[in-house]
Amino acid sequence: MAFSLLLIVVLGATALFFATHLSIPEDRSQRVFAPDLVRRGGELAALGYCASCHTAENGKPFAGGRPLATPFGTLFGTNITPDPKTGIGLYSQAAFARTMRDGIDRAGRDLYPVFPYNHFARLTDEDLSALYAFLMTRAAVPAQNPANHLTFPYNVRPLLAGWKLLYLDKKPVPRDQTRSAEWNRGRYLVEALSHCGACHTPRDRLGAEIASQHFDSGEAEDWWAPPLNHKFPSPVSWSEESLFNYLRSWDVGHGGAVGPMAPVVAALATVPEQDVRAIAAYVGATLAKPGESEKRVDEKQPQAAEAHPQGAELYAGICATCHETGGHVPFTVTSLGQHTSIYAPDPRNVIHVVLEGVRPPEGTVGAVMPAFADTLSDAQIADIAAYLCARFSRGGEWQNIEAEIARLRRSTSP
Amino acid sequence: MNAPLFNPSRRDVLAGALVVSFSLRAIPSLAQEQENVSKPPLPGSLKKAPMLDAWIRIDADGSVTVFTGKCEIGQGVKTALIQVAAEELELDPHAIHLVTADTARAANEGFTSGSNSMKDSASAIRNAAAQVREILIGIAAERLGVAADRLRAQSGAIIGPDNRRAAYGDLVAGNVLHVTAQPTSKLKAPDTLKIIGQSLPRIDIPGKVTGGVSYVHDLRLSGMVHARVVRPPSYDARLQSIDTSDAEKMPGVIKVVRDGSFLGILAEREFQAVTAMHALAAAAKWDIATKLPDETNISSIIESLPAEDHVIADKHAESASATRTLQAVYRRPYQMHGSIGPSCAVASFDGDALTVWSHAQGMFPLRQAIAEMLRLPEEKVRCIHMEGAGCYGHNGADDAAADAALLARALPGRPVRVQWMREQEHQWEPYGPAMVSRARASLDAGGNIVDWWYEVRSNTHSTRPPGAGQLIAARHLETPFTPGPPRPGDQPEGAGDRNAVPLYVLPNVRVVHHLVPDMPLRVSALRGLGAYHNIFAIESFMDELAAAAGADAIEFRLRHLKDKRARAVITAAAERFGWSSWQAAKGKGRGFAFARYKNLAAFCAVAVEVNIEHESGHVRLGRAIAAVDSGQAVNPDGIANQIQGGIVQSASWTLYESVHFEPRRILSQDWSTYPILRFGTMPESVDVYVIDAPGEPFLGTGEAAQGPTAAAIANAVANATGVRIRDLPLNSARVKAAIGV
Amino acid sequence: MITLNVNGRSRDVDDAPNTPLLYVLRGTLELNGAKFGCGLGQCGACTVVIDGKPVFSCLTPISILQGRKITTLEGLGSEDAPSPLQRAFIEEQAAQCGYCIPGMIMRAHALLTANQSPTDAEIREHMNANLCRCGTHMRILAAINRAAGAMHAAGARAPAKAEEEE
Repeated sequence: MAFSLLLIVVLGATALFFATHLSIPEDRSQRVFAPDLVRRGGELAALGYCASCHTAENGKPFAGGRPLATPFGTLFGTNITPDPKTGIGLYSQAAFARTMRDGIDRAGRDLYPVFPYNHFARLTDEDLSALYAFLMTRAAVPAQNPANHLTFPYNVRPLLAGWKLLYLDKKPVPRDQTRSAEWNRGRYLVEALSHCGACHTPRDRLGAEIASQHFDSGEAEDWWAPPLNHKFPSPVSWSEESLFNYLRSWDVGHGGAVGPMAPVVAALATVPEQDVRAIAAYVGATLAKPGESEKRVDEKQPQAAEAHPQGAELYAGICATCHETGGHVPFTVTSLGQHTSIYAPDPRNVIHVVLEGVRPPEGTVGAVMPAFADTLSDAQIADIAAYLCARFSRGGEWQNIEAEIARLRRSTSP
Repeated sequence: MNAPLFNPSRRDVLAGALVVSFSLRAIPSLAQEQENVSKPPLPGSLKKAPMLDAWIRIDADGSVTVFTGKCEIGQGVKTALIQVAAEELELDPHAIHLVTADTARAANEGFTSGSNSMKDSASAIRNAAAQVREILIGIAAERLGVAADRLRAQSGAIIGPDNRRAAYGDLVAGNVLHVTAQPTSKLKAPDTLKIIGQSLPRIDIPGKVTGGVSYVHDLRLSGMVHARVVRPPSYDARLQSIDTSDAEKMPGVIKVVRDGSFLGILAEREFQAVTAMHALAAAAKWDIATKLPDETNISSIIESLPAEDHVIADKHAESASATRTLQAVYRRPYQMHGSIGPSCAVASFDGDALTVWSHAQGMFPLRQAIAEMLRLPEEKVRCIHMEGAGCYGHNGADDAAADAALLARALPGRPVRVQWMREQEHQWEPYGPAMVSRARASLDAGGNIVDWWYEVRSNTHSTRPPGAGQLIAARHLETPFTPGPPRPGDQPEGAGDRNAVPLYVLPNVRVVHHLVPDMPLRVSALRGLGAYHNIFAIESFMDELAAAAGADAIEFRLRHLKDKRARAVITAAAERFGWSSWQAAKGKGRGFAFARYKNLAAFCAVAVEVNIEHESGHVRLGRAIAAVDSGQAVNPDGIANQIQGGIVQSASWTLYESVHFEPRRILSQDWSTYPILRFGTMPESVDVYVIDAPGEPFLGTGEAAQGPTAAAIANAVANATGVRIRDLPLNSARVKAAIGV
Repeated sequence: MITLNVNGRSRDVDDAPNTPLLYVLRGTLELNGAKFGCGLGQCGACTVVIDGKPVFSCLTPISILQGRKITTLEGLGSEDAPSPLQRAFIEEQAAQCGYCIPGMIMRAHALLTANQSPTDAEIREHMNANLCRCGTHMRILAAINRAAGAMHAAGARAPAKAEEEE
């Protein structure tokens, strides 16, 4: 009896697996889309930063090839141009919807959740249509997807079906009647499309976002992604307005986005203002808080200088030229203590910025910071970082700074 | 609205208007006729300094010095002038020492601007050199007892039959060269030229690439001190109060100088001056009065400000009837020189006389302005030109010189070096003015233009010295100087209306220049002046008309041009670009434009190819081809260098540049807030074909590529996208908005 | 007193330790190569080479330079004996005003020391940090390519550093 039951369950599960993983036939129909739908799809694609993962550095838009490092190996963003052979050109709208909501491609293969379908699963039909219309009207680029570098058992795709059973929640984003329409819109955008949690929520050992630790901080490309709630470690205030400014371009109280957050802000600059306001309303609801005065933010400067004299001297001789001018140098803030990354539990973000600088966006107004990888030694950068941590941080000292610098030099050198 | 600091008073404007309306009557040919009545004019700047020894000096030891009132601004003019002198004097170019603009030593040739150096100075020097040679031959004929026609110049001597020889040094005694020049000279025939026409390597480059003293920035004088100026936070801000005691105590500080709102600091070492400057700036309290206009609305503002109307072309003739009429509006924002090296000057005052080393473009006008500002007689002020970074017109150089003069006067006996900071150069330099123009033209049934109406609206394009009131420091003094009325610039050269009259043969033409005296932002001459915008507008409009006529862009232009040399550069550029065999492709476009700079200087045609990145709207430059006719080409590579540079610079203006400002201040204060083209976005290639025209007069070239490049790019973008954009710059946001998703 | 190793020579300088190298080079050591362009690390006119890498001397205080090898334009060659890279700039007439060129040459020198056969794309990417306002970029690229070719043909390794800077 137990055996029969087991057999039924196994046969049932297998049947279910195959039923849901059928290959969907090629769609070669002539597609015509209303211009407004395509336009809305473009805005949604910007809100979802599709280009960030699906475009290689100096590569053609959406043609894939960009490596994404994960604890399980390196995967490559795929070609989502409408190329029939190497892209999604043969996808019907139904195939596209299944990919986005179920993480199963047209051929029936399970996709790795580094592609955040756990978020896209909650997109409305309307928005999926618009995204489909947009992607299908992009320039088709023949570009073979590079093979992922995954070790066993992670390279066994069907196991992902099990992962999805555990983690994939396809319930639509609920409405909270006690909140404004703008907040609800923001919640939908953030949870279903902009997938902020993919970087800003911690993940468990199986790589899934930990729902109970929503927005408690996370990782992106070896940068720390700060919490977006009361766990935010910096004493600087946040308001919905300052968050909107930051997401749109730059905020006088916090500075601007660098590293993996920079393309997000660049994309949000192109979407309707009310969408960014909605995101700011939703995230701001958990993030907004009063802050401490500038004076308090920087009250530990003398002790920090005493404890780290080398770092203080280096800072005064190099960094201060731009970073201690009362914000007169464009895109600098009055005090580095206003930058969130100074309060991170680890120095990675600060190290990245010092090593790599901030590259000016092409032809548009934006921050320019030189790279100091060649000017400063690991020990000198470590001194500066230790000094900054002592001067501003409310947490403990950063550990093993020099080793981190050496590691990041290796991983980021061309 | 607040009248910004450097606006003239109403009375000055009226006075200026009278001057302007008078000059409307001064048609160039009439002036010419008046001169012809007396005697033929001397060539080039010999008109201004007719004595031969103002240009050429030969010493007893045979060394030859040539003097020019022009200056090297990176355009290679020193080399070109040496070439013309060496040619006529039959000397090795390296045997000639050239002295450039110096109020004590060289003729007053006004400004090195307007691409006039070859026309003015090279013509003068070439003729003077030829006449000096003939004088030496004459003296040698007597001395050697040989007929002049059996003598010739060679390698610094006059030689004759039987090895008879007299070195130049032996032939000059007394004031033999102190004679007035003649209107005509025995110039060497085009087919005998050995130096003119050669791409002689520039004489200044070796020093520049090996660390020689090349710029005023490199000047070191005994006892020299370093200075910095603290500028107000905005144009009209006034210094309310300042406690200078802290700054005065800082290491190395010699003195703080304050006069009204002018604030400077002197220190022994340069970094000491920089550090003290920051302290001084932090201690200063300013009354900020400026209200700058709304940047997003600037074209409407310019169109609404009162203007003086100047009709600069008004021609009516019979023509076929119009079947189609087009009209368009073109706009250009404020753009800046953005010299890579902020302005610098050194000045030294001995209690009685002042010497100033400056990279300003006109030493005599500068001298007058500084003398007026310091209330010194002009002869007590000497201005000597030393190179700066490329200025591309009136940048901060004159003002830095004024700063140095004021500070030197405060510390007699020690030379003072003033270096402007990056933010000061960006925020205080006078910009190229924002301009708006409207064009309207009609085509007949055959696709020919039958009428053409064009009006351009612009501030003045020159607020240069003379006049102390043109100097920023002078306006900030306790007893300030005020600027003079804005000048319109006379046709045919024009200013805001430069190249506003097309070269095309059109039966009905009316062109109006609306000079707007009120200057919301500080403006002056930027390379090309109004030609950049006018050619952008006219050549874009020509493409729009060609499209309406169903004609090829090149063929349409040729249809309306008779000038052989114009047709030749157009054809050359088109052929070398491969215009007729070019293959279209998605996102790829080609564009063409032509102009004769000022309608009397060099002819230049530019063809470019672009690729539009659809998702971002970025315009990627492909190949750029230019053909240029500068008359007799003195240094063909020098011409090519200027055109290549002009194309790249104009591409940067056209694709990226606009000065940003908000009510209280100028926002474009460094390269992060005023981005320019970098290596990463250079074109694939820039090729220039120099068409030599032996025997023809030298034609100014330095600014000839600015306008055609802008229009060629605009036309290429229209070709690639099917959308016509008429507002500069063609940045990615604008292009993306035009092409949509 | 701080001792700097400039172009192979030890130089003692008495400038304050937080003085950026640029001002020490130009003021105390009277070397003209490195230029002031912005003081903000945005333009590269001040570029020198330190331990083989291109560095903005306007943002580098001399206090951190003990024991490091500083090379300026003057260290590559002189007007009488220019280095292959300097000669390439002369041959290509790669200058208009020339103010940015010393920084360009030093940045290119660092590239060619590390990579003798850079591709055109690599050169453009490497030089992106330095600005030229006159539009001489195409000739600068040509000069760097020419120098790379010349060094390659001569079988030369990195250009020899001059023993004195004058």
